[in-house]
Amino acid sequence: MTETPPLLQMRGIVKSFPGVKALRGVDLELHTGEVLALLGENGAGKSTLMRILGGAHRADEGDILINGKPSPFSSPQDSRAAGVAVIYQEFNLVPGLTAVENIFLGRETTRGGLIDQRTERARAAALFQRLGAEIDLDTHCRRLTTAQQQLVEIAKALAFDARILVMDEPSAALTVHEVERLFEIIRELRTQGISIIYISHRLDEVFEITDRVAVLRDGLSVGGRPTADITRAQMIQLMVGRELTDEFPKRTTPPGPVRLEVAGLRRGSAVRDVSFNVRRGEILAFTGLVGAGRTETMRLLFGADPRDAGEIRLDGALLDIRSPSDAIASGIGFLTEDRKTQGLVLAHSVRENFGLPNLDRLSNKGFVRMSAESEEFAGYIAQLQIKVPGQEQRAGNLSGGNQQKVVLAKWLARNCEILIFDEPTRGIDVGAKFEIYLLMNALVAAGKSIIMISSELPEVLGMADRILVMRAGCITGEIADARSATQEQVMRLAIA
Amino acid sequence: MKPARLLADYGMVLVLALLCVLFSVLTFSDQSPTGEAAAKQVSDTLREQFGKTPRVLIATRDQPDDAVYATALQTLLAGSAPDARPAPVVRGEPKDAREALQRLAASGERLDAIACTQATGAWLVFNSLKADFPNLGEPRIVTPRSYRWPNFLKAENLLNIANQIAVIAIVAIGMSMVIITGGIDLSVGSLLALSSVLTARFIRDFAGGTGASASGMLLACLAAILLCGTVGAFSGAMITRFAIPPFIVTLAMMLVGSGLAYILAKGQSIYQIPDSFVWLGRGADVLNIPNAVLLMAVLYGLAHILMSRMKLGRHLYAVGGNSEAARLSGVPVKRVLLFAYIASAALAGLGGVIMASQLKSGSPTYGGMYELYVIAAVVVGGTSLSGGEGRMFGTLAGAFTIAVIQNGMNLTNVESYTQKVVLGLVILGAVLVDKARNTRSA
Repeated sequence: MTETPPLLQMRGIVKSFPGVKALRGVDLELHTGEVLALLGENGAGKSTLMRILGGAHRADEGDILINGKPSPFSSPQDSRAAGVAVIYQEFNLVPGLTAVENIFLGRETTRGGLIDQRTERARAAALFQRLGAEIDLDTHCRRLTTAQQQLVEIAKALAFDARILVMDEPSAALTVHEVERLFEIIRELRTQGISIIYISHRLDEVFEITDRVAVLRDGLSVGGRPTADITRAQMIQLMVGRELTDEFPKRTTPPGPVRLEVAGLRRGSAVRDVSFNVRRGEILAFTGLVGAGRTETMRLLFGADPRDAGEIRLDGALLDIRSPSDAIASGIGFLTEDRKTQGLVLAHSVRENFGLPNLDRLSNKGFVRMSAESEEFAGYIAQLQIKVPGQEQRAGNLSGGNQQKVVLAKWLARNCEILIFDEPTRGIDVGAKFEIYLLMNALVAAGKSIIMISSELPEVLGMADRILVMRAGCITGEIADARSATQEQVMRLAIA
Repeated sequence: MKPARLLADYGMVLVLALLCVLFSVLTFSDQSPTGEAAAKQVSDTLREQFGKTPRVLIATRDQPDDAVYATALQTLLAGSAPDARPAPVVRGEPKDAREALQRLAASGERLDAIACTQATGAWLVFNSLKADFPNLGEPRIVTPRSYRWPNFLKAENLLNIANQIAVIAIVAIGMSMVIITGGIDLSVGSLLALSSVLTARFIRDFAGGTGASASGMLLACLAAILLCGTVGAFSGAMITRFAIPPFIVTLAMMLVGSGLAYILAKGQSIYQIPDSFVWLGRGADVLNIPNAVLLMAVLYGLAHILMSRMKLGRHLYAVGGNSEAARLSGVPVKRVLLFAYIASAALAGLGGVIMASQLKSGSPTYGGMYELYVIAAVVVGGTSLSGGEGRMFGTLAGAFTIAVIQNGMNLTNVESYTQKVVLGLVILGAVLVDKARNTRSA
């Protein structure tokens, strides 16, 4: 047989970490000019596999072949030499350097020992043109938007003629428009013969942009086939290993009387006069484009940032919230959008993370009641089905879904009346998503109130009782009956 | 806790133990007992050979240790017959021994034995007793038996190590807390000097100088510690209120503190302190353990409980691990940081008090470079400079590692310049070992 070998072939990749066998013999193929969706629940091994491809981890066993030839992948340099560029979810850009400096970081073009700025700028400008990006070459990366930073990352990859581009959740932090723009770029790159491995939890995107699907489950390859030959339900079944009948579980209890009233909340130009209320047993969704002021509004409500003006009342009583501890004492909890930087102390054990907001309850005269703490946490581990080898496991070693469950546990234990969920299912796999939805339903059924910030419109429409849409720091519209609303209706209010 | 976890937390203890073994082997040598221990041994030998009331001459040199030996031996020999004439004692040189022997011979006494020390046993005068003093009988020379034991492992040396590191170890408690929150405190060395000067001045100016009462001295010490704590509160306020990096704030306070110490002491040492003031630094009331070492042990016990069992300790770790996540979980981050800097400064103040007591004076030159030794102790003890991790007993092990290396090198006659080079490299090595262990277990 003289069939040309695939561009990339990973065979029997095995990788273990202390206590976990992350990959148990994974096979993966990628052909030239192909967009491959890599799917799998969190913890299935996608990220580990891509880190091996990027040279960040070393496989314990298995081969990686480029054009049929075994190649070493023991360092990022090896990986780069093989034409692989991995764009991680957390970008690898130096915030204090300009776009051009970042693109050529580590591979500076020099002339006579000095950096050849003219050549670098010309090449960067050409790359941005090829991507159709309008980015000022001299802007420091910290001033660029997420979408722009992503383009700089892609330009960086193209600058060394990468043939394989791995994108880990590239759409997670992008707005709808930016995602469309990204897809145009991906299609353009595909016609230029560049192969792309696309990791995403958003199945709509998978259908829209990818040619083929490969699914990982529990560190094994469980299926690969052309995207055209697979249905959404089949995909989910492959990932979860069972069939999910409904993505959004139904609720029957109607919301009760108003509990939380927020009036005239203000801070600079980010939040301009926001007023709303939340009812007992209600899920109120805040949606809008990234940067519309949703998270900022909630940070004011939670006392995480000082507010210029605004009144907050719970059950009619005025709350004096000046810090997160005030808010927590008043019965408000905040599950932040970014678990890694704001939700968890990654280097500490999950038990200590769980205890953190609950220490006043779990301590006596300043002494932590350790046994009460671990008993209570054990209860939540069982209830939320958190997959941890033990309570002393470092939070940073967990998958995204399990991290989110730990965050959930720590706030559930607080027994908050009002819980703010900021992008509760971002970066979380389908199975865990469903569990979190069930839990939110159980909470409102128990008479709690939930404020949910989400950019995923299906989630907003599927879960919320009522929707508030924000744009440029203001609430631009309210949809009283979320179940009968359409995505177009919401988008009109968000963009207008 | 599982052994693996224990090793990860206190791996430095293992290194410390290995160092102790190394220095024990290197300093293994002949030991001759002195003082009371020697007296006990010799008396036992004499009784075994010559019955309950041996006739003995005690030959010693004119040295404090020898005097203790002679007195103890006299008492022991008198033993059951306290009314009997005490055994005669020679204090001095061989010629004194010769005179004593002649006197005894002249008075017609007979001797069973001459009890010597290791040194006097070698005196030539005892070599030909039979020929020179036939009247005395045939006295045997009895010396304390020597034995093999490492100089390093002698109780007094071990206590010495503990006493020498007590100040650094105590200051390192506060430094650990600060470093666990992700900060650093460079001002502790200067505050130590400031505290010693303040203590000495308070005693001289307000408590009555050398005639100061115990309560006066106690108040002076507390006032000095309190003032240092205030400086720490100021540093903490600058760090939390204005978000100035701890390195900068405490660097500034290091200069301010040192300058103030020189101003208050007018550039000199202050000595007008009662003798009883050395109780804290030099006294040893319980089981021969120096008071400063006892204080250190108590403080480490308390600090360990604080860090591992109390809410505040959790908060310190959480702030260092991820201050934003901690804040959003309701941790009063600023108050926690303030506590760490106050604790560090107050413990530096306590260190200054102990040092003033050890040296019976206050001086602006005390504590020079101590901040670096303290930081070294914390880091060698396995606490990460990036915050969020570290154990109190790790720090204690770190402090002892430094002390043991210094002491061991002194015992093995390594000169002081070389000691610095070695100490620097050992600190680097200890941190490397720690890093390697962490990457394996992570």
